[in-house]
Amino acid sequence: MMEEVKGASSFLSVQVHNIKVTEVLQDGDSLTFIIVSQKMSGTGEFHVDRTYEDFEWLQQHLFSQEDVPGIQGVIFPPLPARLQVNASSKTLRHLGFLGLGEWQPYCKALETFLRQVAAHSILSKNRAVEIFLTSSDPPGRQKVKKNIFNRLSQAVEEMRKEGHKDVDDFFQTKRDHNFLLTGYTKMAAEKFLDVVLTEQKIAVACGHFSTALHLCMEQGENPEKQDFSQVCVKLSEVFNSIKKSMTSTAMNDMNTLGLGLDLETRYQEAEKEMLFRRTCKLVELQNATKNAEKAKPVKKAVMEEAKKATETEFRQICEVAKKEIIQLESKHVETLQQALVQWCEKQLLTAKESAEVYSQHLQTFKRMQ
Amino acid sequence: MDDLSAEPPSSQTEKSAASSSPEEFVDLTNNLESAESKVEAEISSPEPSDDFFDILGSETQKVEVEASVKADSGEVSIGVTDLPGGKTGSEQGTSSAAPIINLNADFSDNNQQPSRVENKTNDPLAQVLSDTPAADPKKPSSAVLDLFEDDGSDIFTGTPQTKPASQPQKGLFGEPDEDLFGEPLGAMSKKTTENEVKSSTTKAAGPASSTGGAQQDRKSTEPADIFTEEAVTTVPRTSNTSTVNSKANGVHSEEDLFTEATVELSLDSPRSGRKKEETSKPSASSSSSSLSAPAKQAKQPPAALEELEDEEEAEKEDQFDVFISVKDPEKVGESLLPGYFFFFFNSQTSLPMFRNKLMTVRRRFSDFLGLYEKLSEKHGPNGLIVPPPPEKSILGMTKVKVGKEDSSSADFLERRRGALERYLQRVVNHPMLLQDPDVREFLEKEELPRAVSTQALSGAGFLKMINKATDAVNKMTIKMNESDAWFEEKLQEVESADQHFRKLHALVESLVVHRKELSLNTANFAKSAAMLGSAEDNTALSRALSQLAEVEDKIEQLHQDQAANDTFSFAELIADYIRLLGAVRGSFDHRIKAWQRWQDGQAMLQKKRETEAKLLWANKPDKLQQAKDEIVEWEAKVTQFERDFERVSATVRKEVIRFEKQRTNNFRRQITKYLESLLQSQQQLIKYWEAFLPEAKAIA
Repeated sequence: MMEEVKGASSFLSVQVHNIKVTEVLQDGDSLTFIIVSQKMSGTGEFHVDRTYEDFEWLQQHLFSQEDVPGIQGVIFPPLPARLQVNASSKTLRHLGFLGLGEWQPYCKALETFLRQVAAHSILSKNRAVEIFLTSSDPPGRQKVKKNIFNRLSQAVEEMRKEGHKDVDDFFQTKRDHNFLLTGYTKMAAEKFLDVVLTEQKIAVACGHFSTALHLCMEQGENPEKQDFSQVCVKLSEVFNSIKKSMTSTAMNDMNTLGLGLDLETRYQEAEKEMLFRRTCKLVELQNATKNAEKAKPVKKAVMEEAKKATETEFRQICEVAKKEIIQLESKHVETLQQALVQWCEKQLLTAKESAEVYSQHLQTFKRMQ
Repeated sequence: MDDLSAEPPSSQTEKSAASSSPEEFVDLTNNLESAESKVEAEISSPEPSDDFFDILGSETQKVEVEASVKADSGEVSIGVTDLPGGKTGSEQGTSSAAPIINLNADFSDNNQQPSRVENKTNDPLAQVLSDTPAADPKKPSSAVLDLFEDDGSDIFTGTPQTKPASQPQKGLFGEPDEDLFGEPLGAMSKKTTENEVKSSTTKAAGPASSTGGAQQDRKSTEPADIFTEEAVTTVPRTSNTSTVNSKANGVHSEEDLFTEATVELSLDSPRSGRKKEETSKPSASSSSSSLSAPAKQAKQPPAALEELEDEEEAEKEDQFDVFISVKDPEKVGESLLPGYFFFFFNSQTSLPMFRNKLMTVRRRFSDFLGLYEKLSEKHGPNGLIVPPPPEKSILGMTKVKVGKEDSSSADFLERRRGALERYLQRVVNHPMLLQDPDVREFLEKEELPRAVSTQALSGAGFLKMINKATDAVNKMTIKMNESDAWFEEKLQEVESADQHFRKLHALVESLVVHRKELSLNTANFAKSAAMLGSAEDNTALSRALSQLAEVEDKIEQLHQDQAANDTFSFAELIADYIRLLGAVRGSFDHRIKAWQRWQDGQAMLQKKRETEAKLLWANKPDKLQQAKDEIVEWEAKVTQFERDFERVSATVRKEVIRFEKQRTNNFRRQITKYLESLLQSQQQLIKYWEAFLPEAKAIA
C-alpha cells in the first residue's frame, strides 16, 4: 500500500484555494459529493465524485503513513462526521451546524477538510491526495480499513493516560489549555446552535402568522372591510419581512460563526488526539527506559535498542507536534477572526436591510392613517 | 338633570338666532350667498339649496308665529319675533325648540330623507321637550309638546330613536353650558351679520370660538390647520367638535359635495335666523355641538352609510376625552395569605362633567368586573357592545398572590394591568357608556362598594357565559327567520373573525415563546463566549470574545424587549378582540332576544284575540270587556316590543359598524407603534454590530 505513495511528487497539480465541493448527489441512501478543483496550470478543472467512504479512506490512509517520521505528531485535519440521509433529529443534532440547511454547511466543511489536507506540508506529499483530487477513479475504495477503530481504542486508553504527567512543560501547558478550550469551544458551538435553531423557529412562526393574516381578510365592497383587509395584508407583509430578516440572520450565523466554531471544535479535538498520541508515545518511552534500566545484562542491549528507537520516534513526534501546534494556533486565531468579521459584516448588512424595509412599512402605515 | 339651568343657554342662543331673524333674514341670505359663492360653485346644484332656503324660511316663520301664539305669555311671542333681551329661560327655550322640530320634520319631508336622520336631529329636541314639562310645568311648554308630537311622531315611530342615543345629550345639555355661554351669547344676540356673529363667537369662551373656527375652516375648505391652532388654545373638548367638522371637510374626498352642502346649511342657518341647529350648537356647549354636528350633517342626503360614518367620526373623536392609565398594581395582605391587588389608575379628562381634570383612584380587580356586570346589565339588552374586561385567572392570580417574585408573575401582572387599562379606555371611549353614572362613579369615587357577584364572572365562568350566549344565538338563529340579511351576514363574519383571531392569537403566543427562548439562548451563548474568551491565549482574540459576550448580552435584552413587544402589541390586542367579538355576539344575542319578545307578544295577542272571538261567540259580555282591555294592553305591548326590537337592531348595527371602524384604527395604531419599536431595535442592533466590527478586525 505504501509503495504507490513512495516517491510521489510533493506538489499537487491543483490549486489548493480553488478546491470546491460544489454539489451533493443523492442516490437512494448514498450521497456523492462533486469535487471541483482548478489545475495548477490555470487552465481546466478536475471534476471528481467522491463518497463519504472515500473521504474516510483518505483520512485513514493519511493516518497510517508509518514511514513518515513523526507522522503521529501531525494534527490531522478533522473530517466531519458522516452525513446520513433522512437522519433522525438526534443524529442531526450530533452534526451540529453541519446538519442545518440543505447540506451546504456540510459541503463547506468537506471543502475545508480537503483544503487543509492539500495545504498541509506533510500530508499533501502523499500521492493519495493527488489521486483523490484528480483521478476519476476513487483510490482504495475496495481497501480494508484496518485502522478504523483506532479512535475507539484510543478512547479506552484515554482514561488511563490522559492525566499522565508530562516531562515537557510546553506540552503540559498545551494539554491543559487544549483540555479547557475544547470544552468551551464545544459549549459555545452548542449554545450558538441553539440560537440559530431558535431563530429558524421564529422565522417559521412569523411565516405562519403572516399566512394566517391573509385568512383574516374580509371580502366585500364595504370600505370598512377593505380598510381592515388592507391592514391585514400590510401586516402580513411586515411579518414576512421579519421572517426574511430572521432567516437571513440565521443563515449568517450558520455560515460564518457557526461554521467557524464547528471547525474550531473539530480542530481542538484533532489536537487533543495528537497530543494524546504523543502522550502514549511518552509513556511507551518511559516504560522502555525503565525496562532498559532494570533489564538483565543479557537483554540490556536489546532493551537499549528499543529505548533508543522509541526515543527517536518520540523526539520526531515532539518536533512535528510543536510546529503543528504553533501553526494551528495561528490558524485558529485566523479562523475565528475571519468568522467573526464576516459574521459581523453580514449581520450588519442584514440589520441595515431590515431596518430599511421596516421603515418603509412604517411609512406605509403612517400614510394609511 | 337640572333643566332650568340647561335651558337658559339654549334659549339665549335661540335669541341670538332670532336676533338675526326674520327681518334681516333676506339680506343675510344674500350676504351669505356672496360669501359662500366659492363653496356654492363647487356644489353641483345650488338651486336646491335655495329652494330649501325658502322652504325653511317660510316654514320657520309659520312655526314661529305658531309658537308665539301658543306660548301664551306676551313676552315670549315678542321674543321670537322681535327678539328683545331678557326672556324667561325655559319658555323661550321650548318655544324656540319647537320650530326646530318643525323645521326638521318639514325639511326631511321635502328632501325625502331616510328617517334615521330625523331621529338624530330630533333627539336633542325630544330631550328638551321631555325635560321641559318636568321642570317648567307651564302651559307653553305643553303646547310645544303637542306641536312636536303632531309633527314629528310619525317620523319618530318610523325608526324609533335609540334610548342610549338620547342619554348623552341629556348629560351634555345638563351641566356644562351656562358658564361658557352666559355672557357671550348675550353679546351675540345683538349682532346680526355673519361676520359679527363670528367675531363675537371668537370673543366668547373657548368652545364658541372654535366652532366659529370650524365654520371658517369649512368655508375656506382648507384642512384643519388654522383650526387646530385654535383648538390647541381652547379647551381640548372643543377641539373634538372642531375636528369632527374639519374631518368632514377635507379628509374624505368622496364626501366633498356632502361637506360643502353642510357648509352651506350651517352658514345659512344663523342667518335665516331660525335654523336652530347652528345657533344651538354654540349654546349647548361644545360637546353637544359635537353631537349636533353629525346630526346636521346627517340632514344632507348622502347614503345611510355615510351618515353613519360621520357619526362614527364624531364618536371616534370623543374617545380621547378621557385618558386612562392604570398604574402598577400594589399588593395588599400578607404574602402567604391570599391578598389582593389594588390597581391605581389615573384618568385625565377635560370633560366638565367630571369634577377634576386628573383623578386617581384605586380599584380592585373585582371592581372592574363589577363595573362590567353593571354596564352589561344596563346596556347589553339595548344592543350596545359593552367592552368586556379581562377574565379572572385563578391560576395566574394565585401564583402571584402566593408571592413568587418570578418573571412569569410579573409578566402576568403587567398583562393584566395593560388589559385593564385598555378595557377601561374602551369603556370611556364609548360615548354612551361614558355617560353612565356607574362609569363616572367608578372613575371618580374614592371608595367603591365592594362588588358582590363577581364570582359568577370569574375565570371559566365568564367564558362559559360568553359561550352560552353564543350557543343561545346559534339556537335562536335557527328559529328566527332572519329578515335582515345584514345581520345574518355580520353574524357569520363575526364567527369567522373569531376563529381567525383565535388562530392568530395562538400563533403570536408561540412566536412569543420562541422569542423568549431566543433571548434565553442568546444569554447562554453570551456566557459561553465570555468563558471561551477567558480561556483564550491570544489577547486580541480573547478581548474580542469578551466584547462579543457583551454585545450578545445587549442583544439578549433586545430580544426580550421584542418578545414583550410582540406580546403587548399583538397577543394582547388579539386577545382583546377575541373578547370583544364575544361581546359583539352578545349584542346579536340581545337583538334576537328582543325579537323573541316581540314574537311572543304577537303570539299572546293572537291568543287574546281568539279568546275575544270565543267570548263573542259564547256571548259573554261580562268577560268580553276584560278581554278587550287585554287586547288593547297587548297591542300596546306588541307595538312596544316591535319598537324595542327595531331600536335594538339599529343600535346593534350602529355599534357593529363602530366596532369595525375602531378595530381597523386600533390595529393600525398598534401596528404603527409596533413597527416603530421594531425599527428602533433594529437600529440599536446596527449600532451594536458597528461597535463590534472594529474589535473583530483588530484581532491579528
